Amino acid sequence: MKIWVPLDSAAVALGADDVAMAITAEAAKRGVEITLVRNGSRGMVWLEPLVEIATDDGRLAFGPMEPEDVPALFDGIDTHPKALGLTEKLPWMVRQTRLTFARCGVVDPLSLHDYELHHGLKGLRRALDMTPAEVVQEVTDSGLRGRGGAGFPTGIKWKTVAGAAGPQKYIVCNADEGDSATFADRMLMEGDPFTLIEGMAIAGIAVGATKGYIYTRSEYPIAITQMEKAIKIARVAGILGQRVLGSDIAFDMEVRVGAGAYVCGEETSLLNSMEGKRGVVRAKPPLPALEGFMGKPTVVNNVISLASVPVIMDRGAAFYRNFGMGRSHGTMALQIAGNVKYGGLFETAFGLSLGEIVLDIAGGTATGRPVKAVQVGGPLGAWFPPSLFDTPFTYEDFAAKDGLIGHAGLTLADDRTDMLKMARFAMEFCAIESCGKCTPCRIGAVRGVETLDRVAAGDPSAIPLLTDLCNTMKAGSLCALGGFTPYPVMSALTHFPDDFATAREAAE
Amino acid sequence: MPSTPAFGDSGVQTLREILDAHRGMEGALLPILHGVQAAFGHVPPEALPIIAQDLNISRAEAHGVMSFYHDFREVPAGRTVLKLCRAESCQAVGADALADHARDRLGVDWHGTTADGAVTLEPVFCLGLCACGPAAMVNGKLVGRADAARIDRILEGAR
Repeated sequence: MKIWVPLDSAAVALGADDVAMAITAEAAKRGVEITLVRNGSRGMVWLEPLVEIATDDGRLAFGPMEPEDVPALFDGIDTHPKALGLTEKLPWMVRQTRLTFARCGVVDPLSLHDYELHHGLKGLRRALDMTPAEVVQEVTDSGLRGRGGAGFPTGIKWKTVAGAAGPQKYIVCNADEGDSATFADRMLMEGDPFTLIEGMAIAGIAVGATKGYIYTRSEYPIAITQMEKAIKIARVAGILGQRVLGSDIAFDMEVRVGAGAYVCGEETSLLNSMEGKRGVVRAKPPLPALEGFMGKPTVVNNVISLASVPVIMDRGAAFYRNFGMGRSHGTMALQIAGNVKYGGLFETAFGLSLGEIVLDIAGGTATGRPVKAVQVGGPLGAWFPPSLFDTPFTYEDFAAKDGLIGHAGLTLADDRTDMLKMARFAMEFCAIESCGKCTPCRIGAVRGVETLDRVAAGDPSAIPLLTDLCNTMKAGSLCALGGFTPYPVMSALTHFPDDFATAREAAE
Repeated sequence: MPSTPAFGDSGVQTLREILDAHRGMEGALLPILHGVQAAFGHVPPEALPIIAQDLNISRAEAHGVMSFYHDFREVPAGRTVLKLCRAESCQAVGADALADHARDRLGVDWHGTTADGAVTLEPVFCLGLCACGPAAMVNGKLVGRADAARIDRILEGAR
């Protein structure tokens, strides 16, 4: 009997380790031989812990499983109260276009055999047969844009580094996924770490970098462990080291752990942190592509950007490019979160409307109450009200409505949400996490909290002041922490003026 | 309050082993500080000048780096470290009320430790459990869909 129980952090947080132990114990008690695989999550967080059992027809899903539900698994899986049917026939799975997350939840994350059975290493092998310039061209032609949030064309970044002179170049993977409502990087590192390793190795080949670093958050202990194990396995198998898959190319990598600073998700702050310094933001130019880690040419890319490279190299640029809409090519791994009925990871081509995502796919709120607002793009993204639910999910369409898609995290909030409180939190968070370099961010965020408290107390002069402050932060901050904090604040004020007026009206 | 153990010669020895293990690493300071905190439960003030000398940086710089990052503690934590997520997705499912409950039960504010040294309460901004909040971490163990009853059980077990 082959049984899968995820080791993904969300599954573990909901009891997956206890379920796994219960399965092992029950099997031993009944004298039944089982193979237990700790896989990644399929991304249906509302069903975790999602247990799968192999059958001749495919993998059957059961969830959300608790230890008490385990004995019945051995009695008759057809009648199990938590039976869901074949995993891959579930509507959430069928509706997706899983290119980057194709293997996540399917494979044993630490089995290279499984990885290669599911098209792993095909991209790397092809890249080794091409010239570096050809690899760069393929990634450029795919239309892949940075999935961290900035949306900068990946191929152009790689071309810059490839063309830079110097004896040492680096690939730095930004795995400091600090935005609330985002967990795609984490899910991928835990569920399919070899994909990230393969993507980084291909990047190394393309630009002439021999060393890679994955900078990940300390808040992701399972992801850290999985990546370190996968790197060791990859080294032993000759995927990493002095001769990648037997070639003349050298590439190796290691994991570096952050220390609780949100701003270190900004690429230059991250580089400073990796150099052993305070995570202060650097001015650009110089671009990290030319002067990055240790002053050397460095590709800094998000986990999902790098993890999308193997499938691009395997299936070709045109295959990837043909998904999507407008200038937003390929797929996006949506992370639907907050007060949500069906929350989790949903990979799809660009172009679905926000409303389709929030109300149809995600089923609205967990409480069943109306959706008041959705924050798209993390803590520095705008709150969109239902009136903007027709906005297509692309970089350009969201920008046109004064929003951003960022790393594609979505926080659903129901009608009990106080938008003034959320605006205040945006300023408070900025104040806590500011690196301190820019006065508009360092001081402005503190004043922003105070000004919002004045709004709450009914001070009529506070709202124009808040607007003016937001303009200053937007124009005068070196990075997106201070620069984009105005997005959640001003969108809350613009779309939900009642939440900012009530105190004044009460005072009057 | 938890007492800060004396650093002493054994502390210096442990620290030197950590420094040796990181020799030659590019940008070694954060891995070193993580190693020190793992070994001592905090970053002892006696350790910073030794680290600074080893890396050929100033004491001010070493202190500056250590104090920048939320993870590094100057003093040891309580026996149980309870981290509650304060970020937007968890707020959307009641994390604020949960935090108020915890602070009330413990009688401490954020970053505080109970007088008996049992529990330290820390805020965390995102554990990546955003579709199953409110999220928490108890001595490194992840908890999803935390509620007041669960927190009470955790605190009961932490006595």
